[in-house]
Amino acid sequence: MAIEAKRTPDGEAPALASRDEIWEARYHRIGSIGLFAVLLVLPAVFYPVFLMKALCFALFACAFNLLIGYGGLLSFGHAMFLGMAGYISAYAAKVWGLTPELAIACGTASATLLGVVAGMIAIRRQGIYFAMITLALAQMVYFFCVQAPFTGGEDGIQAVPRGKLFGLLPLSNPLTMYYTVLAIFAGGFFLIHRIVHSPFGQVLKAIRDNEARAISLGYRTERYKLAAFVMSAALAGLAGATKAIVFQLASLTDVHWGMSGEVVLMTLVGGLGTVFGPVAGAFVLVAMESYLSQLGAWVTIVQGIIFVICVLAFRRGIVGELEAWLRRRRGNP
Amino acid sequence: MSISVPALMGQLLIGLINGSFYALLSLGLAVIFGLLNIINFTHGAQYMLGAFVAWFLLNKAGLNYWWALAIVPFVLAAFGVVIERLMLKHLYKLDHLYGLLLTFGLALILEGVFTNQFGSAGLPYAMPEKLTGGYNLGFMFLPTYRAWVIVASLVICIATWFVIERTKLGSYLRAATENPSLVQAFGVNVPRMITLTYGFGAGLAGLAGVFAAPIYQVSPQMGSSLIIVVFAVVVIGGMGSIMGSILTGFGLGIIEGLTKYFYPEASSTVIFVIMAIVLVVRPQGLFGQR
Repeated sequence: MAIEAKRTPDGEAPALASRDEIWEARYHRIGSIGLFAVLLVLPAVFYPVFLMKALCFALFACAFNLLIGYGGLLSFGHAMFLGMAGYISAYAAKVWGLTPELAIACGTASATLLGVVAGMIAIRRQGIYFAMITLALAQMVYFFCVQAPFTGGEDGIQAVPRGKLFGLLPLSNPLTMYYTVLAIFAGGFFLIHRIVHSPFGQVLKAIRDNEARAISLGYRTERYKLAAFVMSAALAGLAGATKAIVFQLASLTDVHWGMSGEVVLMTLVGGLGTVFGPVAGAFVLVAMESYLSQLGAWVTIVQGIIFVICVLAFRRGIVGELEAWLRRRRGNP
Repeated sequence: MSISVPALMGQLLIGLINGSFYALLSLGLAVIFGLLNIINFTHGAQYMLGAFVAWFLLNKAGLNYWWALAIVPFVLAAFGVVIERLMLKHLYKLDHLYGLLLTFGLALILEGVFTNQFGSAGLPYAMPEKLTGGYNLGFMFLPTYRAWVIVASLVICIATWFVIERTKLGSYLRAATENPSLVQAFGVNVPRMITLTYGFGAGLAGLAGVFAAPIYQVSPQMGSSLIIVVFAVVVIGGMGSIMGSILTGFGLGIIEGLTKYFYPEASSTVIFVIMAIVLVVRPQGLFGQR
């Protein structure tokens, strides 16, 4: 995709960064180091399966956040990328017998392709319509997955082999699997960080804040939005493809609209548009679901209640509130 | 390919029935969106709630279908008014997306509560006695109840269109959609109008639920799958015009019915495919302005 970064006249002098920007960069650096230091040692305390589930959802939520937080586009159909990539990756590993990294690459590629098609349709409308369109497209993908023979219908694709990473490292070892997932998550996380802080990301934010103005400055905004949509889809696909290998299963749950709602909730709980929010939200919700799992439909009720509370009283989310508190304490000059 | 007339007519009839529900629900969505600028995700849950209230009235209070038709819309309207006063009211100054998220959360809560109480399996609702049976039209059999649903929803849709487009109350409503603060300056109580509009939309969804109860099973999930299709219908029609919502609703129901006959594999996706095509050709929707 040929998108040229356009620089404002003073944009070439990074030395002019304000104190706020310096503070923010430092906060991101320290936060990231802390986050990954904790993630490296967490398997000593928690079950790797729980952590891997949380990490897959964290990457999924980060991908979703790239679109809503920086592009201002609320997708209510991100499950289609997670689920479709999961199916393709599971199919590639099980039927074609590919090694896990190739299977994951296949899954991610399929989600990227789906993202191009869905994105070209969805970005033709904005705001509420965009949300409804993505939801409808995802429902279409859901019905496709129910009917298509390769997905196994209600059973899904079960007993997917984890295989050996690069044909060498057996992923049946939980710790090897965990650190592989962590590496994938780290890759996705830093890629998003780079995207957001690139000139491309700046233009994206400008479009979010005032699209008419961005157009009048000469930016082809629909291309930027499509590019952001495709990147978000690809990263969501990466999460889904990894998840299928980790849990050795691809099923209809991951393409269902409930999953699209769940990723919205994770991001909302953690903090829309914050760097660490989606990660925090994913861990909180995955933990909650594993505690409430024997209560059946109560999970849905609790999710609904959290939605309502977040929208009415807690719109900044966990990390958003934390950041606001840090800023206050710093005595914003 | 030989065409079997009774089977084709049967699918067309099912299409028309579905179309009546699409029309009733997208009408409510459009009216609410016009004034509140909120996409009411709870609409499907309110439709489900309508069917459940009808079921309760019949099985616990001994009130039959006709009573349900009269009572349920008011119950749901009251429920809608409470939601608007307690929650939605606080969101008007924020991004419209928060309204979508809040109503989505409410839909999850309602669906979860009813799934907890009644499980996922549906409850049967007895067909009202006067509407059992049907007419033999020679080329097909027309069940009385289905004919009643189609006619009744057409009447309700047209009545709603008439009130909004042709009466004084409707002109206030349309004016408030255009410019609420100016209308308020003329002494119209706009906040109350907004509350009542939301109540009206919820009541309409509840009424659709009563219509649906004897045809489909009364189940907690009946709303969520329908509402996504209705969203697609709304995108296809564009929410600008009331008549547009009605025509798109019925039209898409018929197209879906035809697809079920000619190419059943695509029947669950055809509306979404049409949505994609419309978005490429005419992004504002068939009846949308701008």
